[in-house]
Amino acid sequence: MKPPPFAYHAPVSVDEALAALAETGPHGKVLAGGQSLIPLLNMRLAAPSHLVDINRIGELDTIAARPGGVRVGALARHAAVERSAEAAAVLPLLRQALALVAHPVIRNRGTVVGSLVHADPSAEMPAVLALLGGSVRLARLGGEREVAAADFFTGPMESAIGPGELAVSAFFPVPPPRSGTAFREVARRHGDYAVAGMAALVTLDEDLRIAAARVACVSVGPAPVVIDLSDACGRRPAASVSWDAVAAAVRDGIDPDGDIHATAEYRRHLTGVLAVRALKDAARNAGTEAVDE
Amino acid sequence: MSEETTRYLVTLVVNGVVREAAVPARRLLSDFLRHDLGLTGTHVGCEHGVCGACTVLLDGEPVRSCLTFAVTVDGHEVTTVEGLAGDNELSPVQRAFTECHGLQCGFCTPGFLCAVTAFLRDNPAPTEEEALEAVSGNLCRCTGYQNIIKAVHRAAEIQAETQGRPEDRGGRA
Repeated sequence: MKPPPFAYHAPVSVDEALAALAETGPHGKVLAGGQSLIPLLNMRLAAPSHLVDINRIGELDTIAARPGGVRVGALARHAAVERSAEAAAVLPLLRQALALVAHPVIRNRGTVVGSLVHADPSAEMPAVLALLGGSVRLARLGGEREVAAADFFTGPMESAIGPGELAVSAFFPVPPPRSGTAFREVARRHGDYAVAGMAALVTLDEDLRIAAARVACVSVGPAPVVIDLSDACGRRPAASVSWDAVAAAVRDGIDPDGDIHATAEYRRHLTGVLAVRALKDAARNAGTEAVDE
Repeated sequence: MSEETTRYLVTLVVNGVVREAAVPARRLLSDFLRHDLGLTGTHVGCEHGVCGACTVLLDGEPVRSCLTFAVTVDGHEVTTVEGLAGDNELSPVQRAFTECHGLQCGFCTPGFLCAVTAFLRDNPAPTEEEALEAVSGNLCRCTGYQNIIKAVHRAAEIQAETQGRPEDRGGRA
């Protein structure tokens, strides 16, 4: 249970990091919080020959909350984003989801952007980015690109990041006015990866009827599964939505696998149940958050 | 020079004392503390971040030392279980664990003590739910946790009683 040997790079600026990544190409791996990467190294499931440690790059330790959204730098720890009152004020979903990411001690070290790049389909933050239609900014020597969440998560533990690229930040956009969000999940033990769960977003119209609703599900596919449920909810107040039909639409929208933790059928059932609970929470929050505007 | 023979001089302030050793980049902070510095109070259980036995305070915040490379935290401050007590007196958290029988075999205890010390510094009067959440990342296979939770609350009491006597406050964090 010890990591394999690697050549170590300790850049102190983004430019130095990009130079190191350009030089090492497909053999280079970025080390940020290490809460996913180091277990993989310890268990010898990964053995990159070069590690580029970005922990000394202060310019990446940023959380910028603006009215339009929150941009999180590559070195912002989960705990820092969770604690940020500014981020929670514009985008309550960040704090709602982060409280479910592993344990507080892990969140002290793990980073939000690292979690996105790791692209575990059971992880919370990829689902949040997918639900909101956010993006990840990838820098390389001599350029950068902004990749939409829909294009970023390409498979289990796979993202659109290429050799030589560094994910420098992620942008979580604020949903339209009169929106509410929630995160619900079920895990076998507190802090474990979820058996099933989702981030939910509901937007109300001026008469407080549901104008738009969608969820991003975890643990039911190779990447976060975003399902638009606006039609299933109909344009009704939350109290008169046919929630059984919504749950059925969710179950039809996913194709989960069974594993040691849960059968595919149980996951499908659970996802439907949790979606209804999350959407009801989100609709309630849309009402209360609308008052603040 | 091959990866493995390259050594990095890592300097940490451990429990208030400057300590250094030259180690390969892949040296985990847990092994750095135990093998290179001889501080075997930090225990190593699962080595993939699940059990919490290796929890130490890094610049005052609890982290898994088995999921951190020593070289990454060069120049930072670390508090281990050896640094929690005062000169001749247990810290409030250590006293509470003793009083409440919050340990049996003691293997997991260093991790619990570090995590709880930081938790009570930030939240000196936790609710039951907050106390449970605070220790949820630490596994204990002996106690059944009930006495550990009691110890968290007892430590909060001791801390409140001894406020104003800074030498009794938990940890150097």
